[in-house]
Amino acid sequence: MADLAVSDLVVGYGPVRALRGVSMRVPSGSIVAVLGANGAGKSTLLRAISGTLRFHRGSCQGSVTLGDQRLTGLDAATVVGRGVVQVPEGRRVFARMTVEDNLRAGGLGRPRREYAKAHDQVVELFPVLKERSRQRAGLLSGGEQQMLAIGRALMAGPTTLLLDEPTLGLAPLMAARITETIKEINSLGTSVLLVEQNVAMALSLASHAYVLEVGEVALQGTSAELRTSDEVRRRYLGIADAVEGALETRTLSRWS
Amino acid sequence: MTTFVELLVNGLSIGAVYALIALGFVIIFKATEVVNFAHASLLLAGGYLVARLWPLIGFWAALLAGILAAALVAAAIEFLVIRRANVASHSVLAIVTIGVDIVLTTELTRQIGTDVLAMGDPWGSQVMRFGGVTIAETRIVALVTAALLITAFLLAFKYTGWGVAMRAAAEDAETASLMGIRLGRVSMSAWAVAGALAAVAALFLCVFPTPGLDRSTSLVALKAFPAAILGGLDSTTGALVGGLIIGVTESMMSGYQNDMAFLGRGIGDVAPFLVMLVILLIRPAGLFGTKELARV
Ligand SMILES: Nc1ncnc2c1ncn2[C@@H]1O[C@H](COP(=O)(O)OP(=O)(O)OP(=O)(O)O)[C@@H](O)[C@H]1O
Ligand SMILES: [Mg+2]
Repeated sequence: MADLAVSDLVVGYGPVRALRGVSMRVPSGSIVAVLGANGAGKSTLLRAISGTLRFHRGSCQGSVTLGDQRLTGLDAATVVGRGVVQVPEGRRVFARMTVEDNLRAGGLGRPRREYAKAHDQVVELFPVLKERSRQRAGLLSGGEQQMLAIGRALMAGPTTLLLDEPTLGLAPLMAARITETIKEINSLGTSVLLVEQNVAMALSLASHAYVLEVGEVALQGTSAELRTSDEVRRRYLGIADAVEGALETRTLSRWS
Repeated sequence: MTTFVELLVNGLSIGAVYALIALGFVIIFKATEVVNFAHASLLLAGGYLVARLWPLIGFWAALLAGILAAALVAAAIEFLVIRRANVASHSVLAIVTIGVDIVLTTELTRQIGTDVLAMGDPWGSQVMRFGGVTIAETRIVALVTAALLITAFLLAFKYTGWGVAMRAAAEDAETASLMGIRLGRVSMSAWAVAGALAAVAALFLCVFPTPGLDRSTSLVALKAFPAAILGGLDSTTGALVGGLIIGVTESMMSGYQNDMAFLGRGIGDVAPFLVMLVILLIRPAGLFGTKELARV
């Protein structure tokens, strides 16, 4: 187990600067949230970590390290081999393949015994994936696809899991379910870097959070600090007057 | 009636061989989205080696060597040319393969010269009789071998880890790489498999009733292009069906060309392309395809 650290990351897509000197740290075993508006550079950050910028003709300076190993410049498959696995934005399940084959695709690099163990864990976490194992993934509902996307990533045996807006477009009940799952995955020892627009949910899970604004870290701190920060409350939680307890009420009504 | 059955079996046999070529073409397209115009030259390379080697090491060893060599040449093209060519567009890569094709074919035809090289196969010109129907042994061996290879390929594609990796990479390369799938290996293995299939196809294009391998063999191989395209460039089923359609059409058209004299001589050679055009007019993505060639 090792900390994932990003320092002075500068990413450009041609002339477009998407990240301008971002640094952050995901301590081993923790959940860290990255918040920010559309276009802030959240997905770009995950691409830079996973080594998939080349698919978008992006280029990157600065460094990404896992413990004392550099991940910068490695290709995506090697990064996965080091234990850093991403669940991309929009789920991106292999729609034409069966649910089972999607899980297989996630665990291809692993020895048979580890594979079987990971598979058991995943279907225990998401029993629906077992029920639908022979169905084409494209036919699953949005929530089920998100479970499949997470399950598929877990098949690779991540020590650090990168999640890009896992609750996007899901009904509250399903979003809560995913939130619980993230907690559970983390409790088994996997570090999580969680990108979210649902600030209340992200802050409830994470110990630490970063707020990105047009490619820069605008704010950072523990979740408790950010939750009480006027700036975050005003801009991301939509609370105009800092009424004591407003957030808690909101959270409760949302999840109950 | 016997003529019809003979033409049908011969058509299916040659169609199965076209299907082998078309299948390779489709695998490469699926794995790398490159239309490989160098496919005919791979086939020629495999066949040429078999023809040159069998007098030295015997037919079976020569065949094995030819298959391995074609696989290696294909993998080398992927590794040295396709992967290095730092161009973003797949259409540009397709043009790069035309360049590769010209280089390979020119060199091989120079080596072959005006010779017609025998393949040294054990079947010769023997025929088998079923009632009144006479079929050359080579045609039956071709049909059976192609059917076995295609079945093996489709099973591997569906059930093995290699197949899962291929399909994942074909559907969404970026996500496949996020799952730890090595795209370079996937694409190189696709090229190698396609090369090996092409070498087997070369053998069956050059045995009886064809006199042997000569400089025009790669032109014959070109008939597999319409097979792949009419079936749908990204569909393995399409390659199979396309191959059979082309083979049977060609065989029937040549067999009955005296009855269709109004169409002129040599209609058998033109028929594959006509069939392709008609099918593409009705279904632009081919029978089973999801991607139109124009969008490549
Ligand atoms: N492939 C690309 N080519 C060019 N520019 C891009 C590309 N992808 C993203 N960008 C630009 O980079 C910036 C950051 O985009 P990014 O997708 O990282 O934002 P995000 O925070 O993930 O947004 P969202 O919440 O909408 O997913 C944006 O200005 C975007 O327009
Ligand atoms: Mg995003």
